[in-house]
Amino acid sequence: MNNCEMILAGFGGQGILFAGKILAHAAMLKNKQLSWLPSYGPEMRGGTANCHVIISDEPVGSPIITEPDVLVAMNAPSLDKFEGAMAPGGIIFADSSLIQKKAERNDIKAIYIAATEIADSMGNKSLANMVMLGAVIKETGLFTLDEIEETITRSVPAKKAALVEPNINAVKAGFGL
Amino acid sequence: MGEKVLMKGNEAIGEAAIRSGCRHFFGYPITPQTELSAYMAKKMPKIGGTFLQAESEIAAINMVFGASGAGVRAMTSSSSPGISLKSEGISYIAAGDLPAVIVNIMRGGPGLGGIQPAQSDYFQATKGGGHGDYHLIVLAPNGVQELANLTADAFNISDEYRIPVMLLGDGTIGQMMEPVDFDEIPKPVYAHKPWAVNGTKNKRAANCVKTLYLTPSELEDRVIERYEKYEIVKDKLQRWEEHDTEDADIIVSSYGITSRVVETAVKQLRSEGFKVGIIRPITLWPFPEKAYKAVHPKAFLSVEMSMGQMVEDIKLACECSAPVYFTGRTGGIIPTPDEVIAKIKEIAGEVKING
Repeated sequence: MNNCEMILAGFGGQGILFAGKILAHAAMLKNKQLSWLPSYGPEMRGGTANCHVIISDEPVGSPIITEPDVLVAMNAPSLDKFEGAMAPGGIIFADSSLIQKKAERNDIKAIYIAATEIADSMGNKSLANMVMLGAVIKETGLFTLDEIEETITRSVPAKKAALVEPNINAVKAGFGL
Repeated sequence: MGEKVLMKGNEAIGEAAIRSGCRHFFGYPITPQTELSAYMAKKMPKIGGTFLQAESEIAAINMVFGASGAGVRAMTSSSSPGISLKSEGISYIAAGDLPAVIVNIMRGGPGLGGIQPAQSDYFQATKGGGHGDYHLIVLAPNGVQELANLTADAFNISDEYRIPVMLLGDGTIGQMMEPVDFDEIPKPVYAHKPWAVNGTKNKRAANCVKTLYLTPSELEDRVIERYEKYEIVKDKLQRWEEHDTEDADIIVSSYGITSRVVETAVKQLRSEGFKVGIIRPITLWPFPEKAYKAVHPKAFLSVEMSMGQMVEDIKLACECSAPVYFTGRTGGIIPTPDEVIAKIKEIAGEVKING
């Protein structure tokens, strides 16, 4: 997969928007066309959040995705909300630590990753977003591990430099290393 | 070409304004434009500029009035209900023939409305908004790079003509991130401002910026002078993007984020054999009348996130040379490409065009 229309969704505070931003930033570093559009509203930690990321070789038309190729669902409401809209042949990545049910459609592929448990075992369950990201790039081939490492290194502000390594390690864990 | 950075539209306005010599920003928070205020709050103190969070929108616009009267590049921003509050001040700035840049990142209305993206302030932006005979120059970007470019243009144009400029975006444009290269934005062109109220130093007669003229003939003269300037602006500043109009049976118009939805729809229709073209106004005032007078489709369609406002300007601009249709969503809902495609196919049926 070189290009895609991806929705990432979950609870506010899970780093959904940040994970989408890393993908968008990685696309920019590859000179791709892209857009990143967050949901916004009277939202708070624990509420729902999502972002739409489009990566393309052509200029991006509408930044709003109506038929995602990829869904990253980090809670059950997100799976419920977006599964029906998925493009046939699309891929759902679900955090099975937090979502008990399975995807219902049989014309899409569903991949279950116990991301929150994996992140917790590494000492910080708030890195589950990066575990999911690792799984996404491994399955889709959108970016190499090196490209994501470089993006994380570049996009974490200097005063939070200590967070670079744990984030990269979480991506590697999701990648299966 | 410089290095691209990934930025939200709201932040890109702030950075472009700073690079355009704006050192005075007066803000008041409101969703969905608050990131612009936040950006200015962070950056202005570091470069010797002034960021001031006012006690209200009304105070903020009057601070712009004062700063601009003193001859500096000044800016304020808000979203729909906040722009209504600023409208009195905007009328005063227009009456004082002062430059200023006002940003409206629109949300659903009327009233407090909602906080999701909308384009229902088109009338307010292009027909005046406040009281009295006046216009703003209104610029409508459809992506983050264009937003940065037009921010720079807004300061230059406003200085050149001494007319306040409104940057009209919506919640989507403000919130979305796209790559932006600030080396591409127009360079600042500073106007000489002999009228500025910035201290005589005992070397010249005092300047005065005022908006009160109790003698009707004097007021009429001032307004007519201003309208002569508007005629020059109408002739020189109309801007639009246009493609596939030459053979088009239907020409679709939209501005801002809606134009991106329309691009996706028209691309699909062209691949199905429909002769559909696009005129995208970039200046909403002056409205790009020239574009509409030069084309001869069987129908026009306006797509907006409102109940239909720009559609009236299209009717005026094309002098009803063809029927002008409308479709759109409002209240914070963005139309989908499929909805636009369905409407275009319906029009094709009505005006007997085969795909």
